[in-house]
Amino acid sequence: MRVAYYPGCTLETTAKEFDLTSREVCRTLGIDLVEIPDWNCCGASSAHETNTYLSLALPARNLVKAERELGLDIVVPCAACFNRLKTAEKRLLAGKHEDFPFEGKIKIYSLLSFLAQPRWKKVFKQEIKRPLRGLRAVAYYGCLLTRPPEITDHPQPENPMEMDDLLKVMGVECLPWSYKTDCCGASLVVSKVDIVHRLVKRLYDKAFEIGAECIVTACPLCHANLDLRQKEINEKFNTNYYLPIFYFTELMALAMKIGDTQNWARGHLVNPSPLLKAKKIL
Amino acid sequence: MMDFLKEVNQRSGQQVQLCFQCFKCSLGCPVAFDMDYLPHQLIRLVQLGERDKVLGSHAIWICAACETCTTRCPNDIDIARVIDTLRQMSLETNKTSEPDIVAFHKSFMETVRYLGKAHEVGMMLTYKLRTKRFFDDLWLAPELFKRGKLSFKINRVKDLGEIKQIFDRAGT
Repeated sequence: MRVAYYPGCTLETTAKEFDLTSREVCRTLGIDLVEIPDWNCCGASSAHETNTYLSLALPARNLVKAERELGLDIVVPCAACFNRLKTAEKRLLAGKHEDFPFEGKIKIYSLLSFLAQPRWKKVFKQEIKRPLRGLRAVAYYGCLLTRPPEITDHPQPENPMEMDDLLKVMGVECLPWSYKTDCCGASLVVSKVDIVHRLVKRLYDKAFEIGAECIVTACPLCHANLDLRQKEINEKFNTNYYLPIFYFTELMALAMKIGDTQNWARGHLVNPSPLLKAKKIL
Repeated sequence: MMDFLKEVNQRSGQQVQLCFQCFKCSLGCPVAFDMDYLPHQLIRLVQLGERDKVLGSHAIWICAACETCTTRCPNDIDIARVIDTLRQMSLETNKTSEPDIVAFHKSFMETVRYLGKAHEVGMMLTYKLRTKRFFDDLWLAPELFKRGKLSFKINRVKDLGEIKQIFDRAGT
């Protein structure tokens, strides 16, 4: 099956692992990702916080390209890009915008909800070569995959379950917690890192409290804030957390035994290898 | 000058007067601990026409745009959208209370303007020049370069004319 793929800027740099494993997983499942030709930045939060036209026009250009040049539904791994593309979709369909003739013939999916559809979950189940039994994790969705539901069309914005379900299919012991859609502080990390430290520390505390050994994400910014800041947070709060942070696609690739694990694992600051070895997964 | 409430409503497409101060937005706000005015207080100040207090507040910039308030508001006010509008109005006054956060957004949008894509290294360099915060995250940069997560390599859109047109139309 062919779908349009919008990687977004971070998947070319700080979230390379997410791109690599998304492509590997989709290829193995029989999903042909066709990159939107000459796609541009969605504008992220900086556009909507500073200029309404930019926040519409930047993602809108990508939607029009996917619809006109490919005619395919769009799959977006990054939660923030997904949210911006969905926001543009709703606004373009609500009123006429001559600059961007988008007709709404194609749908926009986050990669997570796309792969969690029964059809692909079934294929995935058949491809599992190494169940990740014994790994205790919490699924962390963050903000923008689900909120606000008027934009994301998510049926359970306060308690999403699709990542929990996928993890359970892989044999991961996915633990219930109340912090799955709490905010990590997002781009405040650049100029207000203390806020991010405080928010992320609480996520560590709560994940650890329930017995999780790792946190699974579906957003490049969540991953960056949880992975890159763990050392700082341990030093600042005198804690000793070792909580590897995974993209859900990395665990899917592990469970399917595809790709070279080191290719994505070395991108992490919190080295996941000791945990995976202890669980006899590596 | 136009009535503040009316202007905010018009620009955000919301009806801020519908707020009856249930506090739900502030109770769910993850960054309320660092705000000078809580979200429900910002909304009340807009109703009261307190333009300077609102546009000069730290809170409008501390908001992380997590969309929790918007999701939970019983009166269907898109509070995050209202805060976006307030940030934009604050930028127009040229005296914002959080210049470093504004510098980040400006640096980010500049790379998008010239490349059509975000470029972390370019963004961080211009951000540091703007804010003089040269020593932030110095330990992190080599770790990211080592892993190929930061790079001087430039990924850019081919049709930059279209991107330029978008920025021209946006009036920025």
